[in-house]
Amino acid sequence: MTQLALVIDLNVCVGCHACVTSCKEWNTSGPAGPLSDSDPYGANPSGTFFNRVQTFEVGTFPNTATVHFPKSCLHCEEPPCVPVCPTGASYKRKEDGIVLVDYDKCIGCEYCSWACPYGAREIDAKQKVMKKCTLCVDRIYSTTLPEADRRPSCVMACPTSARLFGDVHDPESVVSKAIRESAGYALMPEWGTQPANHYLPRRKTTMTIHEDELMRVDNPLKIDGKLPKPSKQQPTLDDSTSW
Amino acid sequence: MSSTPLHDPIGVTPADAKLEMRTTTCYMCACRCGIRVHLRDGEVRYIDGNPNHPLNNGVICAKGSSGIMKQYSPARLTQPLLRKKGAERGAGDFEPISWEQTFSILAERLQKIRSTDPKKFALFTGRDQMQALTGLFARQFGTPNYAAHGGFCSVNMAAGMIYTIGGSFWEFGGPDLERAKLFIMIGTAEDHHSNPLKIAISKFKRDGGRFISINPVRTGYSAIADEWVPIKPGTDGALMLALIHELIAMGLYDREFLARYTNAGELVNLDAEHDEFGMFVRSEVPKEEGCFDPQNKLWWDRISDKPVITHAEGADPYLFGEFKLSDGTPVKPSFQLLQERVKDYTPDWAAKITGIPAETIHRLAYEMGITARDQKVVLPIAWTDSWGKEHETVTGNPVAFHAMRGLAAHSNGFHTIRSLAILMSMLGTIDRPGGFRHKAPFPRPIPPCAKTPNTHRAVQPDTPLDGMPLGWPADPDDLFVDDEGKPVRIDKAFSWEHPLSVHGLMHNVITNAWRGDPYKIDTLLIFMANMGWNSTMNTVEVRKMLNDKEENGEYKIPFLVVCDAFESEMTSFADLILPDTTYLERHDVMSMLDRPISEFDGPVDAIRVPIFPPKGECKPFQEVLIELGSRLKLPAFSNQDGSRKFRDYPDFIINYETAPGSGIGFLSGYRGKGGEKSMVGEPNPRQLEMYEANNCVYHHELPQSYQYMRNWNKGYLEWSQRNRITRYADPIQLHIYSEVLQTFRLAAQGKGLTRKPPKHLKQRVETFFDPLPFYYEPLETQITDLHKYPLAAITQRPMAMYHSWDSQNAWLRQIHTHNYLMVNTVTAKEAGIADGGWMWIESPWGKVRCMCRHSESVEPGTVWTWNAIGKSAGAWNLLPSANESQLGFLLNHVISEELPVKTGGTTSNSDPITGQAAWFDVRVRIYPAEAGEPEQTSPQFEPLKPYPGTKPYFGKWLAYFAGGKKK
Amino acid sequence: MKPPFSVIFLTTLIGVGQGLFLALYTGQLYSFFDLLPAQDSRSFYATGSIIALVFLGAGLFASFFHLGHPERAWRSAAMWRTSWLSREVIVLPAFIGTVFLYGVAHWFNFNAPMIELSGSHQVDITLILGAAGTFLSFALFISTGMIYACLRFMQEWHTPLTPINFTLFGGASGFLLASVFAAMAAPQLTGFYAGWAIILTALAFISRSASLWRNSRIKPKSSLSTAIGIKHPNIVQISQGSMGGSFNTRAFFHGKSAAFIRTIKPGFIVLTFILPLILLVPGLSSPKLLVAAFVIQYAGLLAERWFFFAEANHPQNLYYQKVA
Ligand SMILES: Nc1nc2c(c(=O)[nH]1)N[C@H]1C(S)=C(S)[C@@H](COP(=O)(O)OP(=O)(O)OC[C@H]3O[C@@H](n4cnc5c(=O)[nH]c(N)nc54)[C@H](O)[C@@H]3O)O[C@H]1N2
Ligand SMILES: Nc1nc2c(c(=O)[nH]1)N[C@H]1C(S)=C(S)[C@@H](COP(=O)(O)OP(=O)(O)OC[C@H]3O[C@@H](n4cnc5c(=O)[nH]c(N)nc54)[C@H](O)[C@@H]3O)O[C@H]1N2
Ligand code: SF4
Ligand code: SF4
Ligand code: SF4
Ligand code: SF4
Ligand code: SF4
Ligand SMILES: [Mo]
Repeated sequence: MTQLALVIDLNVCVGCHACVTSCKEWNTSGPAGPLSDSDPYGANPSGTFFNRVQTFEVGTFPNTATVHFPKSCLHCEEPPCVPVCPTGASYKRKEDGIVLVDYDKCIGCEYCSWACPYGAREIDAKQKVMKKCTLCVDRIYSTTLPEADRRPSCVMACPTSARLFGDVHDPESVVSKAIRESAGYALMPEWGTQPANHYLPRRKTTMTIHEDELMRVDNPLKIDGKLPKPSKQQPTLDDSTSW
Repeated sequence: MSSTPLHDPIGVTPADAKLEMRTTTCYMCACRCGIRVHLRDGEVRYIDGNPNHPLNNGVICAKGSSGIMKQYSPARLTQPLLRKKGAERGAGDFEPISWEQTFSILAERLQKIRSTDPKKFALFTGRDQMQALTGLFARQFGTPNYAAHGGFCSVNMAAGMIYTIGGSFWEFGGPDLERAKLFIMIGTAEDHHSNPLKIAISKFKRDGGRFISINPVRTGYSAIADEWVPIKPGTDGALMLALIHELIAMGLYDREFLARYTNAGELVNLDAEHDEFGMFVRSEVPKEEGCFDPQNKLWWDRISDKPVITHAEGADPYLFGEFKLSDGTPVKPSFQLLQERVKDYTPDWAAKITGIPAETIHRLAYEMGITARDQKVVLPIAWTDSWGKEHETVTGNPVAFHAMRGLAAHSNGFHTIRSLAILMSMLGTIDRPGGFRHKAPFPRPIPPCAKTPNTHRAVQPDTPLDGMPLGWPADPDDLFVDDEGKPVRIDKAFSWEHPLSVHGLMHNVITNAWRGDPYKIDTLLIFMANMGWNSTMNTVEVRKMLNDKEENGEYKIPFLVVCDAFESEMTSFADLILPDTTYLERHDVMSMLDRPISEFDGPVDAIRVPIFPPKGECKPFQEVLIELGSRLKLPAFSNQDGSRKFRDYPDFIINYETAPGSGIGFLSGYRGKGGEKSMVGEPNPRQLEMYEANNCVYHHELPQSYQYMRNWNKGYLEWSQRNRITRYADPIQLHIYSEVLQTFRLAAQGKGLTRKPPKHLKQRVETFFDPLPFYYEPLETQITDLHKYPLAAITQRPMAMYHSWDSQNAWLRQIHTHNYLMVNTVTAKEAGIADGGWMWIESPWGKVRCMCRHSESVEPGTVWTWNAIGKSAGAWNLLPSANESQLGFLLNHVISEELPVKTGGTTSNSDPITGQAAWFDVRVRIYPAEAGEPEQTSPQFEPLKPYPGTKPYFGKWLAYFAGGKKK
Repeated sequence: MKPPFSVIFLTTLIGVGQGLFLALYTGQLYSFFDLLPAQDSRSFYATGSIIALVFLGAGLFASFFHLGHPERAWRSAAMWRTSWLSREVIVLPAFIGTVFLYGVAHWFNFNAPMIELSGSHQVDITLILGAAGTFLSFALFISTGMIYACLRFMQEWHTPLTPINFTLFGGASGFLLASVFAAMAAPQLTGFYAGWAIILTALAFISRSASLWRNSRIKPKSSLSTAIGIKHPNIVQISQGSMGGSFNTRAFFHGKSAAFIRTIKPGFIVLTFILPLILLVPGLSSPKLLVAAFVIQYAGLLAERWFFFAEANHPQNLYYQKVA
């Protein structure tokens, strides 16, 4: 069984928001769209987005890590948002595990959003139906896009390739490998939702310096005679003749 | 109720839509990525990165992805607007006029100026990338008063590095992260090379590279650094010098590289009585004078223990020691002088200044030195150096640096950046794999050849300027001053006050013109710069100056023309507004004559093509300049008989040549009759089509043997000479020791044959024109009472917002709707300011009320905010209630464009060498707002009204759906 | 959570309706077993049913304001196998229908015996409809309660106390209303209903206190650490990706000050439990006091339901703490 998902590498995400607006841009003109905005040019503008990038500070100065954290629907394997939906508008596709909303069935009761612990669903305040990341289902199965473009918009946009896309059930996929090799983890495991999306943690490269690396025979200081050379005029043992 | 979906989540809507894709170049920022614009039924459906573009390889950023909303901005200007008779500047009362009226007003006025005193016309341009054309226009007009934004942007970075290694970060070179092992990023938040740098950093990290960021703040790129080294603003010079100290003390420098490729081994005349004191001793007077570094200096050869001409076969110079020439002249290798200079710049000394523990400084030096020495990259690429020596391989020391405005935007930035360039040179990392790599047309001779005229007599009525408006002075005789040493330019660039101000001082233009110092001007044309707001220091006062009148009722700056695409704060002060197109509506050129988008492996230039017709009556500024140039009959724009030479801008791009028959034009690709030539060749009528067919770029990949060591790569230098990129093919030795600076110092000391500075500037020039880098506190810090104003205040770029451009962008403004002052939690608590609370930030120059956000990722002595998020009410056609003006704020209100001088008067708040605006030197204090104060930022300004022709958007909803068929 | 007013009215109003119906039917059962005097079918049971229907109808009406697309509300019956909301959507109209039929049967005095029990006890259609209604009423209480209780990570709600509370609140307010109604339509029953109202209010007080006590001791299972997967005691959000607010900031935060919460809690305790109890004892003989008790208790229930939502801390809130 296929379970498509995103794997987000926090080790390289710089918080640029490219995934945020490219997602908005693709989806607002697609089957999920428009993703409406309210008060677009006034006070407190607020719109529907499938993906948001947040920032957290971990630790206290000077030992602070700043973590940029993109979040969209995690396409849970046990999605609590699906069974609660009274209309069946929320559904998980059998063929690829993508969790979708059927915008024509949705009554906008918001119940599914209560049932998602991650805050991944947003109601479109104008269309009044629930919306969320579609994993760009209209790109990945598109028949009009060239093969190379059949990837989620956010994945294609991301300048640091912090967003990997693939089948987490296929052990050979890039995403599975990444999860395996870089200790990928799921969010809020305590709720048993089994998110398909995973996150890869920060990984640090450090350098250890060994003392002998600082004192070497090929030290250039030796070439320039920087090691002090006394003048020939200064007294030496040669001047004393007592032996 | 079937379980099959009603809604098709996959189909194209509408099903019969006409889909189309075109490539062009993004200009949501100056990075200039290749983009694909996807249209559906003629409307933009989607813009993504062009996978076949060498710069961004298909990725895009937040701004680029929001380009659609720029097209739909309610702030778009659509008609030329003339200030209504009797209306005040800044009130926003305009009447639409036709382009014909516009051109006749402009042509008449400019004609009069040109035939009397051309310097009374000033043209300054902001974040544009068409200096090739705007500079040409100014020069042809005959005014010295032209510059682009570089002076307030990052000229320290350009000058500090170009005067040291012949190339620079910024658009001219960068870190080779593909092969680096250690990457040190200093004072960079986002930078111009936005997407490519992100691509590179991520690959670098994934490949196990070690990434260290030196920055008072940890955001953006620094967030993913393996180590964050917080530093106090303005003190990086101390850090660099201590690192140099440590590398020398430990012998952790690349001696071979220094000896052969830098002037470290060259002997400096130390006879204090001599006119050539502090200059390199030369074996002979060069046969040909030109803008190159003649190879006539001396080494003290280690093998024969006597002076020899540098690079003499078999010779190897001493880098240390003191020697006497046969005529008794005492000399030392310049590296010896550097060592003496940094003797007291110990890590312990620097620790006190920078706030970085001494152990960390030691360790940083060791990490750099050991990585450079022990992890060498050797590529099997044969090449020949300038002295004819063949090398089987190219070797690199994989330590890469990148630095930007965190170093540049301080008044001690030039020397800091020179220290950095010297550090990079000592590690042997210049144009080598894994280190710093140049991008064409760099490297250039030190300094580059272009020069301004050096006398006021070069400005003559009805005559093009005899020289470039901007250039690279090599000695005091290259300054653009009159016989008394007074500045010729309105911004005082290339004067004794800021001798190496190679990008001008745009931040002083308005103040100087208002004061009439050095003189009054008549017409100021501002293109693509929001000088009434975020690119001005001291914004409140500058706005008053724009409005200030003489006793006779005439404005102090009599005629103000602003070319912009949007209703910016600046446009409200205009007498005449020229509505520009957007980047999706015009032709543009990323030209080799300006700042192309070259890659490490060779020159690249690019074009932008119109996807849509101009909105309303918008006209590309290029077309305006060509029309004006033709009406004014400027030689470059007219035929012999005075008739118009170019039909329009595309025609100009294709057919313009720098000199008749030169074969050099705005574009380097597809030249020659059939597009078969590159770099040089006759105009090709199909050039633009050929670019378009090639993703709008031309990428000339150099042979591998020309891709490295280009300062000394015979093959490359000759190629570059043959292709008219450079005039000379001589090697470009790195200037560890700067003779250029020494010539100015000598002049200040009354020595040498060159011009001498006026008395009141002697000491300043003597102090700052030190041939070796030294550390001094930023000028503003020196004169500020640090007990009263203890904190440094800085700004940084948000990745999802470009200066002031994007608050009109419905999507981007949701990400940065307003800004906070970010304060270290401890600092904020000490000041009694709550997280999220209202507070004041005050400098000696002004104060701002804003909101506070506690943060653990900022050094406790620093406060910061995102740049240019705050807006003036009503500007950009946002509602006056919009967060940008009510909760957002502009730090510029507390920054001054001038500093008092002890002896009276003022001087620009800039680097004393380059005139770089010292944005990040300001010191402030913070305190909580009183209970009962309005929860609104201060200062506030009278809300701007919508102009005729703009379409303010009052709707509650925006539901963009391309193809028009909203469901 | 942000208390949704439509849902507050929905749950409290149908609660009253359900409770009133249960009261009517209890009364009928009592009189069936001759424990209470019989009442007039039309003026008591049918009229009482009408009042119950008014409350139920008002609740249903309020619920539509919660929907983005009320015209598609019919679709919401689809997922009864998995969704408590869907079950509520099925049970509520079924219940309303049953109450309606119950009222109609009483109105038209459909008292033809259907089952003959020992003695003179004849079971007529109203009794059967009443039994069905009772079953549906309890099903509805459970469905409504389970809508909230089934959300695992809404720790304040995820307890059997939630449906129990819903049931007891509905019961208390319904019986209280029944006592008011009885004071006007069947004064002999006033004491009976008021007595039950006292018992149910007291029980509700106990069970609500239990849930308050439980909730005050909840250790949230999710933390910023589990939310972003970084183990560190010191994590602070700096920005949430948008500054002008989003669905996530509007729907999941009550936006009221801690002081407001501190007042509303004793407020609803006093209004829902204490004052009605105080008024009910002397009220046994004073319809005016009963009316006051009902009105006060209903106001208290509105406050209680508001608090019920506001108190629930959605784990998604961890991601929406600060903007910058
Ligand atoms: N406090 C503080 N101030 C700073 C800085 C800082 O770090 N801190 N940074 C400084 C630096 S480095 C810079 S470069 C400046 C930048 O400052 P500016 O050069 O003023 O840049 P923008 O704010 O982007 O404004 C450029 C103007 O160009 C207009 N524009 C956009 N697109 C087009 C177009 O296609 N055609 C035309 N004609 N106009 C267009 C916009 O509407 C805007 O009015 O800010 C400086 N100001
Ligand atoms: N998204 C986006 N990209 C942009 C722009 C934009 O507005 N938006 N603007 C473009 C322009 S015009 C420019 S000039 C470039 C500038 O690009 P950057 O050089 O990245 O400019 P700033 O954002 O000013 O960043 C300055 C950095 O230096 C740090 N800093 C300040 N003072 C010091 C110091 O004394 N020492 C050290 N070590 N660090 C210090 C600040 O914390 C900040 O991180 O970006 C370009 N790219
Ligand atoms: S993240 Fe939320 S919306 Fe997405 S599948 Fe999981 S529970 Fe459902
Ligand atoms: S809002 Fe729509 S998708 Fe969510 S539960 Fe209600 S009907 Fe289902
Ligand atoms: S996969 Fe598609 S819908 Fe989901 S966040 Fe990425 S771009 Fe948005
Ligand atoms: S586009 Fe990539 S780097 Fe940028 S915020 Fe999204 S995930 Fe992070
Ligand atoms: S980095 Fe600049 S040029 Fe590149 S896509 Fe983003 S906005 Fe456009
Ligand atoms: Mo800049």
